[in-house]
Amino acid sequence: MTTRLTPSRRAVVGGIAATTLAAPYVRAQAGAVKIGFSISKTGPNAGGANVTTLPNYQLWLKETNDAGGLKLPGGQRRMVEFVEYDDRSQSEEAVRNIERLVNQDKVDLLFPPWGTAMNLAVAPSFNRGGFPHLASTFFVERQPELVQRWNNMFLFLDRPSTAITALTDLLATLKDKGLGNTVALASVQDQFGLELVSAARAGIAKAGFQVVMDRQYPPGTQDLAPIISEAVRLKPDMFLAFSYPPDTLALTEQARIGGLNPKVFYTAVGTAFPLYKQRFGANAEGVMGIGGVDVTNPKIRDYIARHNRIVGREPDRWASTTTYSTLEVLSQAIERVGLDKAAIIKDIGANSFETILGTIKFDKNQRVDQWWVGQWQQGEFVALAPTKVGGTKAPVFPKPAWPTA
Amino acid sequence: MFLVDVILSGLILGGIYALVAMGLSLQYGVARIMNLAYGEFTIAGSFAAYLLFSASGLSPILALAVAMPLSFALNWFIYRLLMTPLVRRAKSPGALEVDSILATFGLLFVVQGIMLVVFGGSYVSYSYLAVPVDIIGSTVALNRLLAAGIAVAIALGLTLFLMRTRIGTAVRAVSVNPAAAPLVGIDTTTYAAFAFALGGALVAGSGVLVSMFLTFNAAMGVVFTMKALIVVIMGGVGNIFGALVAGLILGLAEALTAAFLDSGLTLAVNFALFLGILLVKPTGLFGKAAR
Amino acid sequence: MIARNWTLKDWAFPLVVLGGAALLAPLPAVAGSYWMALLVNILMYSVLATAWALFSGPTHYVSLATAAFFGLGAYTMAFLGEKLPLPLVYPAAALIGAVVATVVGLSTLRLSGVYFVIFTFGLAELVRQLVTWGEAKFGGTVGRFVFIDVNQQGIFWMLLGLLALVLLVGYAIQRSRLGWALRAIGEDETVARHSGIDTTVSKVAVFVVSATFMTVVGAVMAPRWTYIDPSIAFNPIISFQVLIMALLGGAARLYGPILGVVPLAILFEILQANFPNSFSILLGLTFLVIVYFVPNGVVGLIDQGRDKIARAVGRRPHPAE
Repeated sequence: MTTRLTPSRRAVVGGIAATTLAAPYVRAQAGAVKIGFSISKTGPNAGGANVTTLPNYQLWLKETNDAGGLKLPGGQRRMVEFVEYDDRSQSEEAVRNIERLVNQDKVDLLFPPWGTAMNLAVAPSFNRGGFPHLASTFFVERQPELVQRWNNMFLFLDRPSTAITALTDLLATLKDKGLGNTVALASVQDQFGLELVSAARAGIAKAGFQVVMDRQYPPGTQDLAPIISEAVRLKPDMFLAFSYPPDTLALTEQARIGGLNPKVFYTAVGTAFPLYKQRFGANAEGVMGIGGVDVTNPKIRDYIARHNRIVGREPDRWASTTTYSTLEVLSQAIERVGLDKAAIIKDIGANSFETILGTIKFDKNQRVDQWWVGQWQQGEFVALAPTKVGGTKAPVFPKPAWPTA
Repeated sequence: MFLVDVILSGLILGGIYALVAMGLSLQYGVARIMNLAYGEFTIAGSFAAYLLFSASGLSPILALAVAMPLSFALNWFIYRLLMTPLVRRAKSPGALEVDSILATFGLLFVVQGIMLVVFGGSYVSYSYLAVPVDIIGSTVALNRLLAAGIAVAIALGLTLFLMRTRIGTAVRAVSVNPAAAPLVGIDTTTYAAFAFALGGALVAGSGVLVSMFLTFNAAMGVVFTMKALIVVIMGGVGNIFGALVAGLILGLAEALTAAFLDSGLTLAVNFALFLGILLVKPTGLFGKAAR
Repeated sequence: MIARNWTLKDWAFPLVVLGGAALLAPLPAVAGSYWMALLVNILMYSVLATAWALFSGPTHYVSLATAAFFGLGAYTMAFLGEKLPLPLVYPAAALIGAVVATVVGLSTLRLSGVYFVIFTFGLAELVRQLVTWGEAKFGGTVGRFVFIDVNQQGIFWMLLGLLALVLLVGYAIQRSRLGWALRAIGEDETVARHSGIDTTVSKVAVFVVSATFMTVVGAVMAPRWTYIDPSIAFNPIISFQVLIMALLGGAARLYGPILGVVPLAILFEILQANFPNSFSILLGLTFLVIVYFVPNGVVGLIDQGRDKIARAVGRRPHPAE
């Protein structure tokens, strides 16, 4: 491998052309399907990508190849091979990685990167090359407009406002059970937190609740105690935080220490992480968060077990499960129509798919019906809402007070 | 009481900021190495504490006794092996600054890369001493309080050490005038290496302590480097006590902003405060005239 | 020496720059889209690093504010891109960059050494925090979509034009009284002041020129990413990378930074393409090797080589070289 990189005369004369062409990653054995992706293995996005996305790509690759390869129409199978790059959490690198995958590596298919910004950065390149873009960690309000612009894009998460509707509808049903009407809001100051909180303000007003606190904090804030102490003083009935994993953990910790015991305690990304359960143990009971799965579904149980066995740890119950479902959808479409990219796009748009998350289908390239609110119940992160999707459980309400230490 | 809450949480946060910055104050102030890989050693300390805690249930406080000497040795080695050649060839302090920025930038990637390979990029978090403590009617987390307390203790201890002992005096001499120190019989290189290694021990110690309450991953070192740079420069290069004061001011400012202005502006106010102080005092709060 | 008329030899540099730009301009016709992406990356950092060295090279003031100006440019595009005709957005970005740089330049006059370095870093972070807060408070969301139809070729040509321009402007500055004043400041600011140089005007003027270029680069690049938020636009990595590239090339010469950008960008590319899982370690090791074995940057290597050749030929290089 290294010998190829010594500056040979050819490399010097031919510039980097020679070196790059002599790239030493394992070349496809004849007939292998080449799938490429660029993902944040390093930099600020690495935390998210390493929990939710990368392990599922690896899991899928192993399972597919162990089964003899990717199934094509007519029962033929072809092995799969990855070409993967690190975008170092920089948009420019992601764009160039995709150009390299498409033009130099000539991959057959692309998997998306992690995160809204990265998916947007590479979307024009996916679109130009006609690649199906099955985005799972992509969550913005302007989705309808985007799928019109890029008809090769399929969004596995609906919009922030949909997520909020599910949450506020659920909260409204708890009114009869003694939920008061005061809400404390906390949100991280970026696109994710802000779109959720602005939807939440509207939804909360509609449900007849009253916002008593509405705090934002910059991403990377290391001390969230002031927010929690304010909430403690106000004693809200509900505490809703649209937060990222490190903040989710910090807010929960502070709430426990400060003795903030609202009837509903909700934190966003990170709540569904196995890390959350590991960190808080019995304290997690009754905490609500974004995501959730139907734990009675044998398919999901099997998936969790496989993830655990092959990756070495449990998947989270929101982005991981969604990411894995994108791969199931893609495999099923390929099994029906083969590797023709345009045909895959058409097939995904038109059909419904059986996955670990149940049936997945699309309306104008946006997935319809999914769980938005989950809750830790006896060590499982179960789906609570929307109930029309099915597979939901009744919420534990009110959330039990934090047990001591 | 509300105000007590705010001030207390501000002071604790400030103590943590100071804790994270003190090692850099030594490394830059005395050894003149602008160490961009600094935060990676914070994270390395955090991982060490996490490993010891999850594998053998060793308390992070005891982990200090493992991590700090280890990091001292490692940083001594780094200084002797990587930094000494740069110090030798540097014709001016400016040249050393540039060289050390470049070299430690490389070191940053190496250390981070190793941690990524060993630990992966996922978030890590565990719970230790996450119990409420009541101080004059205000509830704080014991682990944070402990970290801030240790920061104050280290700052005072180190200041005393530098002021009152022979070694400390020699270290200060190297810090104030590395060219003249050899004239009075001080082996500059050895003391610089000592200061760098001591800074290394402190940074690992701070990593151990913050791991009790912060969620971290292998890619997060930069965050600590940046925070430490701000605190060190604001306090005045090479002044441990200055770093403590600067950290406390930043922490307090953050808490007061969150309480009385807008919690979304906390970091902006911090940076504005930092810039403002430099505009008024161009060499930091306790810095000597520009060199 | 300063005010003498331009001879044929003086025109050599501008002619080489323009000739080089003319040679590179038709590249999009032959290069595939991946190669264009690589060229765009090289050009982006070339303009940034050259602009950085305009100020930091002669004065030895190391600035980490690159990301602040780059981000301002990107945000100008995001805000005005769909409101103004595109050709007006770039001058608008330049103007904003120049105004902010003047304020910053004037306020940092008393700072020097590492205090200046970290001040500029803090400044970039402050701008980022303020943009975040302002967007959250008044814009309703923090991210901004940049749906502006500028394709890769367009970006390439704009960056190429900017690179030629920054080199020519740099050359003009170097040969003017201003360039001489800057070098004097770099040697010893106190002496410079005593010998009648208006150090304030000189420093601020060049800082503004440098920052203006950085801002325009931000405006040029923003449409390429479809979406920007403060952590993308004001990414501190940009500041550090520019600094490293310029220093490795050699900030003392006008063309020095480019000599750092080209090999480093290619190195990044090769490592990134071949070692996705150990990129960091290899990159770090390469950096260390460069620092220890190429102590004076690429320009230093070239000078060394030239000295050797000169000695071999038996002639000492002319002092003016």
